Amino acid sequence: MGKILMKGCEAIAEAAVLGGCRFYAGYPITPQNELPEYMSVRLPEVGGDFVQGESEVASINMVYGAATVGTRAMTSSSSPGIALKSEGISYLSGANLPALIVNVSRGGPGLGTIQPAQSDYLQATKAMGHGGFRMIVFAPYSLQEAVDLTYNAFDYAERDRNPVLILIDGALGSIKELVELPPMKELPTEQAKWQLGNPTGEKRVARMLTSIYPEAGLETLNRTKGEMAVAWGENDVMVEEFLLDDAEYVVVAYGIAARVAKEAITGLREKGVKIGMIRPITLFPFPKGSFRKLDYGKVKAFIDIEMTVPAQMRDDIALEVLDRAPIYEYGRSGGVLLDDDGVLEAIEKVLEGEA
Amino acid sequence: MEQLYKRPKCIQPMQSGYCPGCLHSLATRITAEVVEELEQQNNCILVLPVGCSTMGLLYWKIDMVGSAHGRAPAVATGVKRCSKNSLVFTYQGDGDLAAIGLAEILSAANRGENYTVLFANNSIYGMTGGQMAPTTLEGQKSTTTQKGRDPLTTGYPMRMCELIATLDAPKYVARFSLHDPANVRKAKAGIKKAFETQLAGGGFTFVELMINCPTNWGLTPLDSLTYMVENTIPVFPLGVYKDVEV
Ligand SMILES: Cc1ncc(C[n+]2csc(CCOP(=O)(O)OP(=O)(O)O)c2C)c(N)n1
Ligand code: SF4
Ligand SMILES: [Mg+2]
Repeated sequence: MGKILMKGCEAIAEAAVLGGCRFYAGYPITPQNELPEYMSVRLPEVGGDFVQGESEVASINMVYGAATVGTRAMTSSSSPGIALKSEGISYLSGANLPALIVNVSRGGPGLGTIQPAQSDYLQATKAMGHGGFRMIVFAPYSLQEAVDLTYNAFDYAERDRNPVLILIDGALGSIKELVELPPMKELPTEQAKWQLGNPTGEKRVARMLTSIYPEAGLETLNRTKGEMAVAWGENDVMVEEFLLDDAEYVVVAYGIAARVAKEAITGLREKGVKIGMIRPITLFPFPKGSFRKLDYGKVKAFIDIEMTVPAQMRDDIALEVLDRAPIYEYGRSGGVLLDDDGVLEAIEKVLEGEA
Repeated sequence: MEQLYKRPKCIQPMQSGYCPGCLHSLATRITAEVVEELEQQNNCILVLPVGCSTMGLLYWKIDMVGSAHGRAPAVATGVKRCSKNSLVFTYQGDGDLAAIGLAEILSAANRGENYTVLFANNSIYGMTGGQMAPTTLEGQKSTTTQKGRDPLTTGYPMRMCELIATLDAPKYVARFSLHDPANVRKAKAGIKKAFETQLAGGGFTFVELMINCPTNWGLTPLDSLTYMVENTIPVFPLGVYKDVEV
C-alpha cells in the first residue's frame, strides 16, 4: 500500500484500529474531535463498537470495562479531559488492565486554550493519577511515527497489563502528512489470561479484576509495578540522537518542539556550528542513556526547547547532566506556537553566550 | 429426604462480613439463587461498586470486576458491549448510584444498555460511616445531618425508579423491598424478570431493592425493619414503574 495523506488525529485512530482496537469511548473536546468522529464510522466496519460517553470520566470507565473482557480498548481526549480520566487510568493500572490513552494536548492550566501546547509533560510522566503508578509515554514528532507507535501500543499494554499513553499536541493532531499504513493486525485467537466472561462455557474458577487489595497484596503490586518501570528503562527506551557525535551544544526537545528545533539545528550545522539534539520518543522511560554517554569535556551547554513555559522536562535533563554543563530553556506557551525564528534566535543567544 | 433450602453454589461457603441483620446479605443471596435458576453462574459478569457491597468481591464465585465509585454503569457498558452473550449486572448502593454516579446511571439507562442494574437503597452512606445520601429521608439523622435532614438546605429524597421510568429506552424499572418474606419473594421474581429480559436482548433493566443499615441508622436489626415499613417505604413506593414487552 502506498502513502496516503491523513490528518494527525485520523491517522492515530486508523493505526489504533489496524493495531487491534475494537472499542473506543470518548467525550468531545477540541483539538481531538476528529479522533472520536473517525472511530464512530470506522469501528463498526471492523466489528468493533464506539460509544460517545457522557463525560471523560464515564468514557475511561467504559474502556476499563471493555478491557476486562479482553477487548483492545482506547480513549482519547485533550488536557482538561485527560485530567478527568486520571482516576480511571489509575484504576486500570491498579487492576492490571491494558488500554490505550491518547492526549492531544492544549494549553493550560484550567480551561486554558484550545490551541496546542506541551503543558502536560509532568502529568504524563510523573503522576497520571493517584497512587504512584507509571505508564509508558510515547511522544511522536511526525504522523508516520505516530502511526507506528500507535500500531504497536496495545502490544506494550498487554505485555505489561498496564495502560499506555500517547502524548501529542494539538498541532500534530491537526496537520496533514503522508503516512504509510501497516496491515491489519491479526487479533489474538486465545483468550487473555485475565479475561472475564466465559463464551465457550469451559469449566474454570471464577475470575476477579479489581484494584482493591489487602495490604500485603497492594504492597506486592506496588513493588511489581516499580520493577516493571525499571525494566522499561532497560528495554523500551526510544530516542533519536541527532548529530550528537561532535556536539558542543545539545538541544533537548520532543514532539512538535523537536520538529521546529531540527530545522534550526540543520541550518546552524550548515554554518559549521557543532550542535545536535536528543529527542526523547518515550518520555517515560526517559532516555537517560543518551545523556550518560555524552563527552562532557566537549559539551558546552544544553538547550531545553518545549512548547510550554516554564519548561517541564528540565528536571529530567538536570538529573542526568547534574552540574556538568549549564541548561538553558526556551519555550512558548498558552497556545502560542514555537516558530523557526524564535527557536533559532534562542539557540544563537546561547551560542553567543548571551542567554 | 429432599433438600429444599441450601446455599447457592455461586456464593463462597463462608460467613458474610456484612453487619448482623444487614439486608445486603439477603440481596446477595436471592440474586445468587436467580443466577443459578437461570443457569448463568458460568456466563455472568458482576460489576461491583464502591460501598459496603464492594465486599461482594469476597463472597461471590462468579466473574467479577470492581469499579470506581459511581462508575459501575460505565464499566458495565464496556463489558456488555464487548461480551454480548454474558449476563452482566451491576449491584450499587444509593450513594454510589444516586450521588457520585448519577450521570453514569441516567446515561446508561438512556442509551438502553442491555444489562441489569440492581440498586440497593438504604438511604445512607453505609461504608463511610453513615453520612447523608441523596435518598436520606426528610428529618432522618445521619452523621452529616445530625439534627435530621433539612430539605431547605439539603433537598428531598431522590427517587431513582421514578426518574429512570421517564426515559424512553429502559424496559423494566421496579422497586421492591426486602423487609419481609412476602416482599423478598416479589423482589426475587423482579430480579429474575430483569435478567430474563436482558438475556432475550431486551435492553436496560433496573431493579431497586429497599434495604436497611441497622448499624448507621442506630437501630437493632428488627427495629430497622419496622423503620423501613413506617418511614422508608412510604417515601419510596414499591411497584413496577415501567414494564415494556420485549
Ligand atoms: C471517588 C471516591 N469518593 C469517595 C469514596 C468514599 N466512599 C466509599 S463508599 C462511599 C459511600 C457508599 O455509600 P452507598 O453507595 O450508599 O453504599 P452502602 O455502603 O450504603 O451500601 C463513599 C463516599 C471513594 N471510595 N471514592
Ligand atoms: S454499614 Fe450498614 S450497609 Fe454496611 S454492612 Fe453494615 S449494616 Fe450493612
Ligand atoms: Mg447506601
